[in-house]
Amino acid sequence: MVIEVTTASIWELLKTIPDPEIPAVSIVDLGIVRNVEFDDDQFNITITPTYSGCPAFSFMKEEIIRHLETEGITNYQINTSLAPPWTTDWMSDEVKSKLKKAGIAPPSQEVACPQCDSQNVQVISEFGSTACKALYKCNDCIEIFHHFKQI
Amino acid sequence: MAKASLYKYVLALGDDALILGQRLSQWAYKGPFLEEDIALSNISLDMFGRANLLLEYAATLKGNGTTSDELAFKRNEREFSNHIICEQPNGNFADTIVRQFFLDTFYKLFLQKLTKSKDEQLSAIAQKSIKETTYHLRHSSKWIIRLGDGTVESHAKVQSAIDNLWMFTNELFEMNEIDNEMLEQKIGVDCSKLKIEWDKIINEVLSEATLNRPEDANMPTGGRQGIHTEHLGHLLSDMQYLQRAYPDATW
Repeated sequence: MVIEVTTASIWELLKTIPDPEIPAVSIVDLGIVRNVEFDDDQFNITITPTYSGCPAFSFMKEEIIRHLETEGITNYQINTSLAPPWTTDWMSDEVKSKLKKAGIAPPSQEVACPQCDSQNVQVISEFGSTACKALYKCNDCIEIFHHFKQI
Repeated sequence: MAKASLYKYVLALGDDALILGQRLSQWAYKGPFLEEDIALSNISLDMFGRANLLLEYAATLKGNGTTSDELAFKRNEREFSNHIICEQPNGNFADTIVRQFFLDTFYKLFLQKLTKSKDEQLSAIAQKSIKETTYHLRHSSKWIIRLGDGTVESHAKVQSAIDNLWMFTNELFEMNEIDNEMLEQKIGVDCSKLKIEWDKIINEVLSEATLNRPEDANMPTGGRQGIHTEHLGHLLSDMQYLQRAYPDATW
């Protein structure tokens, strides 16, 4: 049986690839996949790094290749673009709520505790376990949590 | 356009990021406490990311199949064109934070201008990097204030770091032939014009931190021409060890 591969089906496939550091969201959710185009018998997939030194970026690229090839797709090219630079503004409300459910405060100027919604919070460290997160503490429920930095 | 000049320009910016990144990485697992260990490692990673983007671009400009790894690991000391402040030893925590504060302030102003570069790739790298540098500067300037306006000991250590590193700051604002050529082509930045704004930020933070701004005395230079302090050679012997001992080794 031959299943037709379209740009839409590639998008669906990419949506199943979780972020290696924050598996609650996909690489599409985070806005890392910028574009999928079909041109001259080839799928051109454009991706952009979150932070220029993000160690997960090369792994994500490998994951995309692995997923495509598992589906028997070989006519593709993956391009990296830097401009416009990645921003957390590309994250939809739906994605933000996924982060919150995973215990990570979504990017916002007004950081709120993902457990009890209190805004009575304090920064513990501007830098967290990954380049994209900062460490916070909630002063009301005393829970330590990560904030997905707004950039 | 003289591709060779653009190559040298991009390479120098890549060297700045690489050497500073390598210095910062030497703090990993040695930070004064866990959060700060992670912070310095994160900043190091951002600098390595920036170095990778710039050196990959430089490798493309050089052509003949040159790779960014060759540029990073197979050039000798005299072929590195980073600013000499980047290679200065980590010293104590105050020394590292002062070096970072001087450089973050400079990079913020420099990258703002570089985003307007006529060279699309340099502009894209600047747009990406400035977001990270803004964050780094927030971190380093807060530390300057906390240490300066802290205990007698932290004040003395941070003042001593400022006094020792001050001499390396003038080099940042120098313009050489390549810089002038790139500026003329609207690719590069006029660093000499960044000094006023840099002074302003430095003065504000130092004053809030109750620290003194040193007088300019002997201000060494030469990094862009490959003239370095003794520290760069030691740094490279460590960083390049693997590729020197096992040439072309890969993961």
